[in-house]
Amino acid sequence: MPSFVIAEKCDGCKGQDKTACMYICPNDLMVLDKEKMKAYNRDTSQCWECYCCVKICPQQAIDVRGYADFVPMGASCVPLRSSDSIMWTVKFRNGQLKRFKFPIRTTAEGTAQPDGGYTVDQEDLNSPLLFTEPYSIGTAELPGLKK
Amino acid sequence: MPNFETVVVNTDILILGGGMAACGAAVEASYWAKKNGLKVTLVDKAAMDRSGAVAMGLSAINQYLGIAKGENTVEDYVRYVKNDLMGIARDDQVADIARHVDSSVHLFEKWGLPIWKNEDGNYVRGGRWQIMLNGESYKVIVAEAAKNALGTDNIYERVYICEPIMDGDRIAGAIGFSTREEKVYVFKAKAVIVAMGGAVGVFKPRSTGEGLGRSWYPPFSSGSSAYFTMKAGAEMTCQEVRFIPVRFKDAYGPVGAWFLLFKSRATNALGEEYMVTRKDELANWGPYGQVKPIPANLRNYLGMLDVAEGKGPIYMQTAEAIANLAKKYEDDPKAFKKKMKELESEAWEDFLDMTVSQAILWAACNIAPEEKASEIAAAEPYFIGSHSGASGAWVSGPADIAPPEYQWGYTNMTTVKGLFAAGDASGASSHKFSSGSHAEGRIAGKSAVRFVVENNQEPNIDDATIEALKAEILKPLAVWEEFSGFTTDPETNPNYILPRQYMFRLQKLMDEYAGGVVANFTTSKALLEKGLEYLLMLKEDSEKLAARNLHELMRCWENKHRTLQAESHIRTVLFREETRWPGYYFRADEPKLKEDWEVFCNCKYDAKTGEWEMIKRPIIRLVD
Repeated sequence: MPSFVIAEKCDGCKGQDKTACMYICPNDLMVLDKEKMKAYNRDTSQCWECYCCVKICPQQAIDVRGYADFVPMGASCVPLRSSDSIMWTVKFRNGQLKRFKFPIRTTAEGTAQPDGGYTVDQEDLNSPLLFTEPYSIGTAELPGLKK
Repeated sequence: MPNFETVVVNTDILILGGGMAACGAAVEASYWAKKNGLKVTLVDKAAMDRSGAVAMGLSAINQYLGIAKGENTVEDYVRYVKNDLMGIARDDQVADIARHVDSSVHLFEKWGLPIWKNEDGNYVRGGRWQIMLNGESYKVIVAEAAKNALGTDNIYERVYICEPIMDGDRIAGAIGFSTREEKVYVFKAKAVIVAMGGAVGVFKPRSTGEGLGRSWYPPFSSGSSAYFTMKAGAEMTCQEVRFIPVRFKDAYGPVGAWFLLFKSRATNALGEEYMVTRKDELANWGPYGQVKPIPANLRNYLGMLDVAEGKGPIYMQTAEAIANLAKKYEDDPKAFKKKMKELESEAWEDFLDMTVSQAILWAACNIAPEEKASEIAAAEPYFIGSHSGASGAWVSGPADIAPPEYQWGYTNMTTVKGLFAAGDASGASSHKFSSGSHAEGRIAGKSAVRFVVENNQEPNIDDATIEALKAEILKPLAVWEEFSGFTTDPETNPNYILPRQYMFRLQKLMDEYAGGVVANFTTSKALLEKGLEYLLMLKEDSEKLAARNLHELMRCWENKHRTLQAESHIRTVLFREETRWPGYYFRADEPKLKEDWEVFCNCKYDAKTGEWEMIKRPIIRLVD
C-alpha cells in the first residue's frame, strides 16, 4: 500500500486548506477526502516509501505497509521524529522488536544561514571563487589542477 | 474545461528544481544577485524540504575530498571518475566540482548536518571519498539555507514545469502549471538554471505491482531536466550512459556499509566470489579492466555473468563478515558485544536514513544478518548524471581549467544562450552525488548571475506563443473532456491513453528492445531500430494522453518527458558502435570496446522538425 492513513487517528489537519502530508509528499500522492476529512494515498504503486508523510503527520496517523508484491506481511518501521533526533521502532514478522535512536541535526530549526558564518568578502563575478570561498574550503586559495 | 488563469512571473534568474543542485544554485545566485540588483526565483514540483533524490535522507556523502587536510587532490578525483566511466568524462568539469565540493560539505555541517567524527575531530571515512552521516534531515537542512537565501516570496512550490520558452536562440523562461490550483505559470527570465533531476521509470522496473514505486532513485525524477534542455535545443552528452546499481534485492537498500564497514564479500550461490573467479574477464576491457577500484559497470558485469550461467542468487555474505569481525575479539567477549551493538546500529541506520523499505523487508523476512546471507541484485537502468551514469547537457567548462573545445564563456552554460544545467541535468561529470551536485549548482548559480549582468536584456515573448504552449500543456484535460463520455468505463476508450498505461508501454518497449532487465541488459542495432519504430509511434500517441485531474496532468507530462529521454538514449546507443560499459548495457552486435570510440557521443534535437544530429566530441585529458 506503501503509506496508509489510520482512519481513527487522522483529523484532516483540522480543516486547513492542505494537510501536512499533502504539503510534504514529494510525489503528490497524499490527498484529503473533504467529505470524510481524512487523508489518503491516491496511488500506492508510485509511493517511494520515503516516510516524509509519516514523519510530518501531527497525529501520527500514517504508517507504511511493505509493498504487497514482494514483502512478507507483519513487519513495520515506525519513526518518531523530534527537532534533533529520530527514534525508530522496527517490528519483525516474528514479533522481535529493535529500537534505534539517531541524531538528525545539530542546530536549531530555521537557523541555517546561507554563508554558514564563514567570512564573505568576494566581490569579483569573474573569479571562479564562490561567495564563501576560499574560507569554506579551508585553504588559502582555490585548489587547482596541476597541468 | 475550467478556464485556467495565467500567472506571469518576471524574474532575472530562474532556478528549475528544488533538489541538491537547485539549493546550491539558490544560495550562490542569491548572494551575487543581491550585489547586482537582480532577482532570483525558484520553482519546485514538490516541497523543497523534501524534494529531489535526497528527500528521504542519506547515510553518507559520497564526494568529499578533504583537500585542506591533504587527504586527496583534485587530480586524484579526476583520475578516479574517468576510470570508473571507462574513460568517458570531462576532466575540466569533474575538476571544477572537486575543487568546490568540500566548501559545500563544510557549509552543510555549519547548517546543522551531523557528520560522524573520529576522536581526533576528522570526518569518519566510509571509503576513500565517502564520509558518514546521521543524514535523515540532510535535505531539510540544505533546503532551509536555500529558502533563507531566496526568501519565501521567490519560491513557487507545486508548480510542474513542462516546456522551455525561447526567444530565438536564447532561453526566455519556462512554462508549467500548478498541481494544486487551476493556474498556468509563465516565468520570464534572462537566465534559467535547469536542476530537475534524472530520469526514473523509462525502463520497466523489476517489480510488477505496488512495488513499482520502489525504484532505487526516486520515481518523481521523471526526465524533466533532459526534456527541457533538449526541447530548448541544447546539445546533450552521454545519453547512452545509463546507470544500473547493484543493491540488496527488491528494496534496493545500500550495500556500501556492508562492503566497506563490515568488509563483506559478495558470492554466488556456490560460494564463489565472482570478482575472483572471473578476474580474467577484466582483461577484455582495455586499460579500464586493470584500474583500481574496478569500474562499477565491470563489477556489475562479472556478477551478471554468474547469474546468466544460473549460479545465482548472488549473496552479500553478512554472516561470514560478522564472524570474521568476531574473531578479532575472541579473547574479549564484552568488547565484541559492544562492537556488535555499534555495528548493528550503523547497519540499520544505513537503511533507515535512506531506504526504509529495506529495513521493512529485512524485518518482514526475519533477517538476522549474523545468521544468514542476504541477496543482492542488479536493479533496472536509470538516467542519472550525478552518480555512476553520465547523461545530461553538454555544458561549458570553467575558463581557468577547460580547453577551448570545452569552453564557451559561462561555466555550466549549455549550448543555448542563458540556459544553465547542474546536478543530474549536466552530463559527463559523474560521481558528483549529493554534495557535488550542490557545489555544481553553486557554480552554475554564480555563472548565471554573471550572464545576466553581461546580457541584461528583457526576453521577447509574444502572447501567441504563450497561448499555444498553454493549450498544449492543458491538452490532456481537453482530450479527457471531449472523449470520456464515449465509453461506460473511462479506463478503456479508443480515443485516448491514460498516463499509467502510456508509462507501461514505454517501459515495456525500452525493457525488451533497449536492453532492460528482461533482455539481460543486452541489445543490438536490429533491436534498437525496432524499438525506435515503436517508440516513435508512442511519441505520436503522446498527443492523445488524457488526464482526469491536475495530478494526472502531471503524470502525462512526466511521461512526455521520459519519452524524449528514451529516444535520445536509443539513438545514442545506436550511434556508439561498441560495447563500452558492460554491466550497464551490452551491444551484442558490437561486443567489444573499441579504441576509436573513446569519444563523447553527443546529440542535438530539433524540436521543430523532430530531427536529431549525432555528434562525436573529443576526449581531452587534463590529468594523466
